[in-house]
Amino acid sequence: MTSFADQLLVLVMLINFVVLGSSRMAISIRAVALQGIALGLLPGIMHKFSWHLIMITGGMIVAKGIVIPWLLTGAVRKAEIRREVEPFIGYVATLLLGAVFTALAFVFAAKLPLDPEHQGLLFVPASIATLLTGFLVLTTRRKAISQVIGYLILENGIFIFGLLLTSAMPVMVEAGVLLDLLVGIFIMGIIINHISREFSSIDTSRLTTLKE
Amino acid sequence: MLFGIVILPMLGAVLAWLIPSNSQRPLVLPIFGLIHLAMTGDLLLHTPPPSSAGWIYLDPLGKVILIPTSVLFMICAVYAVGYLAYRQERSNRVLCMGLLACLSAMTLATVAHHLGLMWLAIETTTLAMAPLIYFNHNARSIEATWKYMLICSVGIALALLGLFFLAYSTIVARMEPTLLLGPLVAQAGSLSPAWLNAAFVFLLVGFGTKMGLAPLHTWKPDAYGEAPGLVGALLAGGLVNCAFLGIIRIYQICMASGNAVFFQDTLVIMGLVSMAFAAVFMVGQADFKRMLAYSSVEHVGILAVAIGLGKGALFGALFHVINNSLTKGVLFLSSGNIHRSYGSKSCDVVKGALKRLPWSGGLFLAGFFAITGSPPFSPFISEFTIINSSFAQGKNFTGALFLIFLAVIFIGMASTVLPLVLGEEPQDLAETDYRDRLLTVAPPLFLMGLVLLFGLWLPAPLMQILQDAARLLEAKP
Repeated sequence: MTSFADQLLVLVMLINFVVLGSSRMAISIRAVALQGIALGLLPGIMHKFSWHLIMITGGMIVAKGIVIPWLLTGAVRKAEIRREVEPFIGYVATLLLGAVFTALAFVFAAKLPLDPEHQGLLFVPASIATLLTGFLVLTTRRKAISQVIGYLILENGIFIFGLLLTSAMPVMVEAGVLLDLLVGIFIMGIIINHISREFSSIDTSRLTTLKE
Repeated sequence: MLFGIVILPMLGAVLAWLIPSNSQRPLVLPIFGLIHLAMTGDLLLHTPPPSSAGWIYLDPLGKVILIPTSVLFMICAVYAVGYLAYRQERSNRVLCMGLLACLSAMTLATVAHHLGLMWLAIETTTLAMAPLIYFNHNARSIEATWKYMLICSVGIALALLGLFFLAYSTIVARMEPTLLLGPLVAQAGSLSPAWLNAAFVFLLVGFGTKMGLAPLHTWKPDAYGEAPGLVGALLAGGLVNCAFLGIIRIYQICMASGNAVFFQDTLVIMGLVSMAFAAVFMVGQADFKRMLAYSSVEHVGILAVAIGLGKGALFGALFHVINNSLTKGVLFLSSGNIHRSYGSKSCDVVKGALKRLPWSGGLFLAGFFAITGSPPFSPFISEFTIINSSFAQGKNFTGALFLIFLAVIFIGMASTVLPLVLGEEPQDLAETDYRDRLLTVAPPLFLMGLVLLFGLWLPAPLMQILQDAARLLEAKP
């Protein structure tokens, strides 16, 4: 089943570009939801059947595919923001940067002292590329929701690396990581809501009262 | 018992949620704080053996963090009753729940010996604190909360990646993949060095963000400045320690791996950079709560330098953890009182606090002398131990820089604190309803007493715990 896993990882990397290139919040949120579902399916097809796997797969899909997009969509609706406006670096430039980062991820992954079993797999380059995309979105976008999306992509990148060591992470810890992510997004959603009420905008570049 | 001490504060949080009365709810805090303190005392006397799978164990390092956490929480809980009596205009339900949830998570971090579980606990403290920083519900506090939430979440996510690298180093070394501390320390020598280095760097960046090591400290002045005093005290004296424990755990593995130089040098450099940042921004700071945040950046820097130096400085580092917590408690609680009384935290307005609030002003002044390492207070002893060890190891340059930064910070902080406490009170000051009362003065006064006591005489059992813990951190050849 590795070919299907590889296709899913390619899909994950393509979704990175969708988020980098789109200005519409709704598209970005759906893209990240799809990315979360694709990642949720991965452990299920990589390993043999077990309840542990069912729980992780189910939890991932429910959390990243349904609950988090629902929370973010709610925040978008309340803040009445549909588009990202004037990111610090333009869409074309971030897309190009994303392509460069992805290429570098492949070069870098080939040089890593990986376990022979994992050499040549897509996991590590996909993980690094997704991580870097997350950072790119986090640092170049102004709107609070876009930054949350960047954080989610970053977390997805870390999750891909974690797939290489499912046996080291007990199910309780993994469930906890997912729960913490959910609560974190929930709190961020509330803060976004308050930012939009207080500043009539969720443009984080306006948050400049506190500085030296 | 160990499970009980983690679960109990959570029950307290549920109870706080159920109590409808805004004026009686804060009483939950000292009740559960006292039970927690009693259980901590009992755990110190009769330490249970590790749990069967090795996940939960209170080792001496955990004790060093648990003691100040429990004491500081108890003090802050008593203070909260007095403080929240002034803030009845606002619901304190979320505050009480968040404080207790945070206590539970901090306790879990100290007893967790599975690094994944410890990561979870530290992440939970981050989440539980976010609503507390937003307690004042204004534009400034929301900006601070957003920065705190985003920067710390990303930092903690990177720490998770560091943990994955650590687990991966066991796979590359053809060992049973694990994140349990015991096996990792025992087999540290055979872990893949490249992945161990990567794990160390990511964990240092991740937990360093949470701890506020420069240049990852940018959220700190905002969060400490906008949070209520008692939340600031728990951030600077509780959460910082938990994140430091995260760094200590990876340090333990690195020291056992037999290649200590890279890790130690990195920590020394990061610590000195933090102290330099603090020294630069402390001078001429116009907001006294932000000044305390930079003081916190300085002290996490001291901790990093100290464990980076190793040997004799390890005892100093662990003792400094306790001293820093207690002294930060004094400073944040008394600064909270001053802030309440003047209705401002700008140093242009707040002057002559000693006349207006003799107790709080006096405590703030004493706390300032203690935190800058003046004798006879206990931070003097721990800082002296660290400097002494630096010169004894022949690391004169590190020791000299350390001393210079301490001196600059003393002068910078004095230039803010002395006019604030001793200056002439402005004439056109608005009256506020805050007066020094027993419940808002006795808690920081008690902490100040402890700081003075430990400076003059360190009880033998505490000394024993500190020495045992320092022994766990020594580098193996």
